[in-house]
Amino acid sequence: MSDTVKLSDFKFDGLSRDKIDDLSTLDAQDKETLIMSGVDVEDANRSGSFLQMDHSNVHCKSNDPGVEILDIKDAIEKYDGLTEYRWKLIDKDKDEYTRNTAANTHGGYFIRTKPGAKIEKPVQSCLFLKADQVGQNVHNIVVVEENSELHIITGCSVAHGTTSGAHFGISEFYVKKGGKLTFTMVHNWGSNVSVRPRSAGVVEEGGVLLNNYILMKPVKDLQMYPSITLKGEGARARFNSVVVAPEGSHLDMGNRVVMDAPDTRCEIIARTISTGGTIINRGHIGANHVPSRGHLECQGLILGEGRIWAIPELDGCLEGVELSHEASVGKIAQDEIEYLMARGLDEDEATSTIVRGFLNTDVMGLPAKLQKEVDRQIDELQKHGAM
Amino acid sequence: MLKIENLHVNIGDKEVIKGIDLEIKEGETFILFGPNGSGKTSLLMTLMGFAGYTVTKGKITFRGEDITHAPTYERARLGVGMSFQRPPTIHGLRTRHLVQLCGQGDEVDVEDLSRKVNFEQFLDRDINAGFSGGEIKRSELLQLMAQRPSLVLFDEPESGVDLENMQLIGKVCRQLLDGRINARPDQSLKEIKEQSKTSGLIITHTGYILDYVNADRGQVLYNGHLCCEARPRDILEHIRTYGYQECVRCLK
Repeated sequence: MSDTVKLSDFKFDGLSRDKIDDLSTLDAQDKETLIMSGVDVEDANRSGSFLQMDHSNVHCKSNDPGVEILDIKDAIEKYDGLTEYRWKLIDKDKDEYTRNTAANTHGGYFIRTKPGAKIEKPVQSCLFLKADQVGQNVHNIVVVEENSELHIITGCSVAHGTTSGAHFGISEFYVKKGGKLTFTMVHNWGSNVSVRPRSAGVVEEGGVLLNNYILMKPVKDLQMYPSITLKGEGARARFNSVVVAPEGSHLDMGNRVVMDAPDTRCEIIARTISTGGTIINRGHIGANHVPSRGHLECQGLILGEGRIWAIPELDGCLEGVELSHEASVGKIAQDEIEYLMARGLDEDEATSTIVRGFLNTDVMGLPAKLQKEVDRQIDELQKHGAM
Repeated sequence: MLKIENLHVNIGDKEVIKGIDLEIKEGETFILFGPNGSGKTSLLMTLMGFAGYTVTKGKITFRGEDITHAPTYERARLGVGMSFQRPPTIHGLRTRHLVQLCGQGDEVDVEDLSRKVNFEQFLDRDINAGFSGGEIKRSELLQLMAQRPSLVLFDEPESGVDLENMQLIGKVCRQLLDGRINARPDQSLKEIKEQSKTSGLIITHTGYILDYVNADRGQVLYNGHLCCEARPRDILEHIRTYGYQECVRCLK
């Protein structure tokens, strides 16, 4: 498996799309694809929506005066180049994907709250690959101003399971003093899609970043390693990932948190299942100040075939840091199966109950419709004997 | 209800049960004594049919059916229920959900049952995650109440339990064995007693549980053999005074 995506295999120009004023006018198939990514096409339960299709932003709307949602190109124009936030956390020259995205940005969102605004309903976004062989470059910037709260649900999808494509997404997150950002990402790629997100964020004093990630569908190869710096005193971050890799999927993923201020806390929890694919599950917590507390969990189940390579790293730089990790790669424990069998469940029922628990996403606080969709995807995986 | 005939059990190459005969009748509660390592827990594990406990000889019959080699879930569905001493934590499986599953398709009033063991505030926690000794016992009892077995296997109900919890656990144990969990308030005690068909097989070290349940018979398991059938209180008294030395002499 090569780690590089050959950019010349994809089309980075010419795949523009028309505006869509009302998401409910999308055709049935596109609609379903969006729903699977957590997008509520009815829009009523959302504070705003953003949809990027191939090379165009086709829909962008805020329903709440407390949150601004713009296409990144419009934001650059409106805010004199957006120099305060753009390419500040990620180096433009990091790799060929960032260079290519910097040179030819197709779109992406700029989402910013007003100071003190508690945005009750989530803002939803979807980055959608519709044409075959499309290469999509997006740059997203999220700014949560002081003492404001925001939940973003972002789904990524392809039109058909067979569509080939490549997605390159730069994301920069700014959580200011006392702000709180919940960022839920659902990936629904296909077995011919390569994905290279490049994400980074800073959390200021007393700020909170909660990050949820769900991947239940095949993807050709994905490589991502969002890096968050807890810059201000009392800042917190929590990452929860639930990932399933079927045969053919190659995932190199993880999270990095640097605790760069006193009284910081973080937790990175990844639950991964391979049913034939490869998962490299990284995690890194660094602590440069005290008191600071970090916990890292990489739990992996191999069901049938597959490979899970857990790489947990802890880097404490002075006396008094409290860092811990728990990692495991294995199969379902026999004592758990027997426990449930003693309650009358046969072996298959016991196994599926345990897998379901392993993939439990209750802690993420997803909206009901999305939770239902996630449950349905797990059902489907189990029904088809994938696990 | 349960009939064990000439049962021999191996763990790997080692014989841990060396020819046991035991019968427990409907509604009867049987107490099993014995020092550490005598095979008590192995006997319970074998009755439940867990992997690693190989029956090399003999027969187990439950309600007329030969279950010697039946899978665990079939025994559970036939009415064997077990309280685990060290149950595993299952991530993401809420206690509430597991109690519901224990009903095996029957409607279970989880809230109502959980009140009986003071467990309402644990229902939304992952099963056994960080549970204390007493909490594990209450959780196991809650699951058994939902399961409504006709034979309860109880491995040391008093281990790791403080005095206050012991009272609660003892009381609920008694109710479970008396079949009073689902009793209707308009029934007389006599009627309830007559309906009761729940049997019990209880392992105890300390005998505290004898203060609560109505134990009919008892026996000592020593080094894989059963001996000294007597009234449970008498056995306990004897062990307290003389230890298990008497068993050594007796088995010679």
